[in-house]
Amino acid sequence: MKHVLESVESQFEMFQILNENGEIINKDDMPDLSDEDLKELMRRMVYTRILDQRSIALNRQGRLGFYAPTAGQEASQLGSQFALEKEDFILPGYRDVPQLIWHGLPLYQAFLFSRGHFHGNQMPEGVNALSPQIIIGAQYVQTAGVALGMKKRGKKSVAVTYTGDGGTSQGDFYEGINFAGAYKAPALFFVQNNYFAISVPVEKQTNAKTLAQKSVAAGIEGIQVDGMDVLAVYAVTKHARERAINGEGPMLIETLTYRYGPHTMAGDDPTRYRTEDLDNEWEKKDPLVRFRTFLESKDLWSEEEENKVIEQAKDDIKKAIKKADEYPKQKVTDLIGNMFEELPVNLQEQMEEYKEKESK
Amino acid sequence: MAQMTMIQAITDAMRTELKNDENVLVFGEDVGQNGGVFRATEGLQDEFGEERVFDTPLAESGIGGLSIGLALQGYRPVPEIQFFGFVYEVMDSISGQMARMRYRSGGTHTQPITIRSPFGGGVHTPELHADSLEGLIAQQPGIKVVIPSTPYDAKGLLISSIRDNDPVLFLEHMKLYRSFRGEVPEEEYTVDLSKADIKREGKDVTLIAYGAMVHASLKAAEEMEKDGIDAEVVDLRTVSPIDIDTIIESVKKTNRVVVVQEAQRQAGIAANIVAEVQERAILHLEAPVLRVTAPDTVYSFSAAEEVWLPNHKDIIEKVNQVMNF
Repeated sequence: MKHVLESVESQFEMFQILNENGEIINKDDMPDLSDEDLKELMRRMVYTRILDQRSIALNRQGRLGFYAPTAGQEASQLGSQFALEKEDFILPGYRDVPQLIWHGLPLYQAFLFSRGHFHGNQMPEGVNALSPQIIIGAQYVQTAGVALGMKKRGKKSVAVTYTGDGGTSQGDFYEGINFAGAYKAPALFFVQNNYFAISVPVEKQTNAKTLAQKSVAAGIEGIQVDGMDVLAVYAVTKHARERAINGEGPMLIETLTYRYGPHTMAGDDPTRYRTEDLDNEWEKKDPLVRFRTFLESKDLWSEEEENKVIEQAKDDIKKAIKKADEYPKQKVTDLIGNMFEELPVNLQEQMEEYKEKESK
Repeated sequence: MAQMTMIQAITDAMRTELKNDENVLVFGEDVGQNGGVFRATEGLQDEFGEERVFDTPLAESGIGGLSIGLALQGYRPVPEIQFFGFVYEVMDSISGQMARMRYRSGGTHTQPITIRSPFGGGVHTPELHADSLEGLIAQQPGIKVVIPSTPYDAKGLLISSIRDNDPVLFLEHMKLYRSFRGEVPEEEYTVDLSKADIKREGKDVTLIAYGAMVHASLKAAEEMEKDGIDAEVVDLRTVSPIDIDTIIESVKKTNRVVVVQEAQRQAGIAANIVAEVQERAILHLEAPVLRVTAPDTVYSFSAAEEVWLPNHKDIIEKVNQVMNF
């Protein structure tokens, strides 16, 4: 039996293009990206790092609500989103707000989502996405459905979803990839393995050596990627997308990554379960550092350019928070009005009741 | 008009909607070539093709997620959960997801899904097939719960459910599938999801029932007629939300009420009816509102169904208490 395990595990070696020193170690798989694309990827990663820093600060000031930090996962989140097209449909988890923003969700709406305002979840026309899913795994079974729908419609697009390492233990995780496999549906399933589900290390989730190998249970392709390497994540996503729209079915993509911050801002303290050594080890793998080194070696990036992005991000965030502040407060009649196309009699009654209250 | 069993009326409704709207998709475990474990989808795959009527892997939660995703791509899914006892596997997709979608997205995403599922006792099914779990979903804002008791209602209510742009749970009582035939128009028609139906007019006591208990109530009413008690039987048809107006109107006429359900006393939706009646018509009541229900145990072992399930005798007993209060 040991032999079987080893032979399975050997199929899932980590895919990498850029090493920690910013050197290309895999020329063959280097994605075809223009200089402008490469710079845009870096801009987005820097922007998102600043967004994370500011979001944490705003949360501490009580100006944001629910927030799941993203620092460290920029390559995993943005490298994958960068490989998508507008018509692709994203079903994000609760930590995947950055993908939504780069897919078209205005920043002030992302802030309203954090605060708990329904307008934060109202996707603008043409932004193909759901708001972040709180029930871990639910986005996986729904993705199988969106992908099957695209296949039935004959669309050349894919459904894309994200979960974490802990999420791979859910039943819906397995059902989602298995359904998509059985229907050969165009779905990309991302597992962002940051090694911890709140305080529980990935070794306590499963005895499997990789999470990518869970694809075997669904009979679909799986791959493990260096999730701190934006070029590798981009290349794999691009490849998986092409396979999917060519009718070759779904793919499970495990990105090895790390969150530098706590699980959420709701009182989680990572020093209780992570060592300083571990944090330091992962700091060295920072996706921004290595990509910056790579771009600088090609003369595509400068401190000046980076500062420009940082200023832009801070300015956008300030304006977005202001816009969120100014957005009208929710009323019970708004909430009732969003329940059904036609209100049933109980809600008609309650609508009248609250209209009366709100008019006083 | 044709004489149809309830299951034939249900098949007819799905055929009508598959024909009417190319976005309607019917899927579930064994609903394709096999035509469903009760033959509810018989012939539909042959007529409409595998693209429209298809089997799924054996996983209820996956079926729920599939429905949600297909609805997000503009389809009108009509999934089947083979027996409603299996709803526990898909509670999140129903109550945690599709029922909330319109609200959570501020109206930008909708879920025109109709979940069909058989339930109900009296046919000696194995464990967790017959449980009455409508009360669970009736407590979830964002989804309607429909339970027909006749072939005519089944067809009209199912067409309405499929056309509704919000999720509907359509529960089909197994004992009523083939126990009798009724007049069903061959053409398409709808039955309003917000309306109860008075199945028997009466002036002395109101029996409020749904599912198989409608027939038990009618049988009880017939027997009581001999004793000079004239019972009105209100078939709720939709158990969430309930048709308050029809109920209260009947209560004001008869001044006495018994609510009848097959579910256990702590389950079902009877307590909700009692609460609405006492809030809205207490001054019209000559007696307390009593309930006929199953005992608060786990659903009976199949050989004990006869002593466990509520029947027309239990109804007569409660009516007598109400009449002699």
